[in-house]
Amino acid sequence: MTQLTLGGAINSGLRRALAEDDKVVLLGEDIGKLGGVFRVTDTLQQEFGPRRVMDAPLAEAGIIGTAVGLAFRGYRPVCEIQFDGFIYPGFDQIVAQVAKLHYRTRGKVKVPITIRVPFGGGIGAVEHHSESPEAYFAHTAGLRVISCSNPQDAHTMIRQAIACDDPVLFFEPKRRYWLKGEVSEDLGAETLPMGSARVAREGTDVTLAAYGPLVATAMDAAVAAADDGISIEVIDLRSLSPIDFSTVEKSVRKTGRLVVTHEAAQSGGIGAEVAAAVTERCFDWLEAAPARVTGFDTPYPPAALEEAFLPDLDRLLDAVDRVMGRRNSLTGWKATA
Amino acid sequence: MIVSTTHEDTRTETPADGSDQDLNPGQLEDIVQLIRPDGSRAESPGFDPWVADVTDDELIELYQDMVVIRRIDAEATALQRQGELALWVPLLGQEAAQIGSGRALRSDDFVFSSYRENGVAYTRGVGLGDMLTVWRGIASSGWDPYAFGMATPAVIIGAQTLHATGYALGCAYDGVDSVAIAYFGDGATSQGDVNEAMVFASSFQAPVIFFCQNNQWAISEPVRLQAQRHISDRAPGFGIPSIRVDGNDVLAVTAATRIALDRARSGGGPTFIEAVTYRMGPHTTSDDPKRYRPAGDLEEWSRKDPISRVSRLLESRGVPMDEVAKRVEDKADAVARDMRAACIALDKELDPMTVFDDVYEHPHPGLERQRSQYAAYLASFEGDAS
Repeated sequence: MTQLTLGGAINSGLRRALAEDDKVVLLGEDIGKLGGVFRVTDTLQQEFGPRRVMDAPLAEAGIIGTAVGLAFRGYRPVCEIQFDGFIYPGFDQIVAQVAKLHYRTRGKVKVPITIRVPFGGGIGAVEHHSESPEAYFAHTAGLRVISCSNPQDAHTMIRQAIACDDPVLFFEPKRRYWLKGEVSEDLGAETLPMGSARVAREGTDVTLAAYGPLVATAMDAAVAAADDGISIEVIDLRSLSPIDFSTVEKSVRKTGRLVVTHEAAQSGGIGAEVAAAVTERCFDWLEAAPARVTGFDTPYPPAALEEAFLPDLDRLLDAVDRVMGRRNSLTGWKATA
Repeated sequence: MIVSTTHEDTRTETPADGSDQDLNPGQLEDIVQLIRPDGSRAESPGFDPWVADVTDDELIELYQDMVVIRRIDAEATALQRQGELALWVPLLGQEAAQIGSGRALRSDDFVFSSYRENGVAYTRGVGLGDMLTVWRGIASSGWDPYAFGMATPAVIIGAQTLHATGYALGCAYDGVDSVAIAYFGDGATSQGDVNEAMVFASSFQAPVIFFCQNNQWAISEPVRLQAQRHISDRAPGFGIPSIRVDGNDVLAVTAATRIALDRARSGGGPTFIEAVTYRMGPHTTSDDPKRYRPAGDLEEWSRKDPISRVSRLLESRGVPMDEVAKRVEDKADAVARDMRAACIALDKELDPMTVFDDVYEHPHPGLERQRSQYAAYLASFEGDAS
């Protein structure tokens, strides 16, 4: 066990992957000498050389498309997209090529590409640096989409992603890069399968499903709610495609209530998918309609407005009140309960 | 004739409207040509040595390949007209560009093509039925890329140039002298991917060949809309040497491809080849070029036909072409018959459950749930008929 930041845990996971398999290569902008703008690839080029850790020209489609060619040749490329909002120039290569090659070639061509994406807001950044584009990729057949919330998961999951023979979008909660925790590099049999959700805190009244940066917020909300006599079970989804609905379903059958949260915009988002699936599977167990607490259906706002945009502890608790039938912002003081 | 990275363009400014005929990117000037349209042999000191070993018998082989793929093309077009194929993408007119380059490759080289390279696929040994599965609508890919060293054709324009670059990089990393070749058209040169591929290939000196068949048309858009100068003029700006070659001259295409292959194999990095040719048919069997093709174009380019000039050259060397042509036509007819039979034999009745196959390498629980629910749905009809 070592004390690591979340970013440091990804770094140690990348180092292990590079050391264990010489087909693993890293490509990205500024990932070499600089070690990445968030230092996630710090010292890796020094250790493994410029062929294994490649500074790429500033072209996201170029990075992803070159990775596809390397995968054709038997490599396991790990691409870094510098910021969430920069992924769109590479979108076609991801959606039309990376996602579909295995299907198009009837499994003859494997595409074990990992695409790392620092995502989400909360760091006071300028535009295009705080986005949450995960739903686009979760909507795309052929891709796996995962997001870590703590250092141990960050380390484990990046290694799972690289070991996976399917392409994986790996969303890193950039405002939690400096979150510290104990990390074991001894994964044992846990390397595969990837994709199971985690009960981050047990509870009995409300299931609160979150992923990435909002898991920590959800945990804070659970502590605050406990003071108020409400027991929240926090589920860290970890995987957004596939979503581990059996874990969510088990929780909701116990609590009868669901709140789901993410920073991404609401419409057509992961929360909609979770709410719909839970309603289909747990209709007879539900005590209240599922509630979503998300970013608004707006572009990500300027930094001075991001506190208004981002789901926070109070908005989560307000939604908890809603599913509990207590007074809340929508009912005002004329609540029935 | 090889345009080096320091190539100086002596021409005058490009007019904004591109109206200057001298700058027409489709024009045949400053171009490598070894067989003139009339079948006479043109001397080219820079290129002749690269095809000095090509015997008359080998030239007859190239001639035969071109006749066969033209026949394949005609048969597939007929199959489409008869409702056996949903679509076909004709290559009529581009036989020399595809056969000359395709036959120059080694089996351990790797082709990343667009959808019009059925001639290249033929040189790679792709089966006649496999060539048709996509167009018959029963698969998204007709063959195992690794079995023939040729990737599934890319429909997204230009995307494959990056794949070729990455693959080439992998070859260099592996310490082998295999080469990747990307085929694309004049329209693709406007795509970001193609330009990004040239940046990556140049920066990393990847052993890749960018083989552009400038067939003058991107569906209805003339090459003038994509380029105000020769397409081959672009590559030097990326630090990539380029060759502009008569794409209807199988010998010149062979020479250019061999030069590029040699450079790539010996660590010299990428080469860009612009093969100037003409799409004599429609973009696809769904297209109607009468709506946009200028009168006279077909006549003009018929005179530059890639097959007849080889026939004339061989004839001038004393090869009994009547006899050869008869033998080759018989072979082409036999191939066409085999292809038709292979097409009809491709069963269009697919098991509906196979729609779920091969989306992922590892099982995906969300998709597995849909699979089992759909299986149950289908099973619910069993016994209805009784």
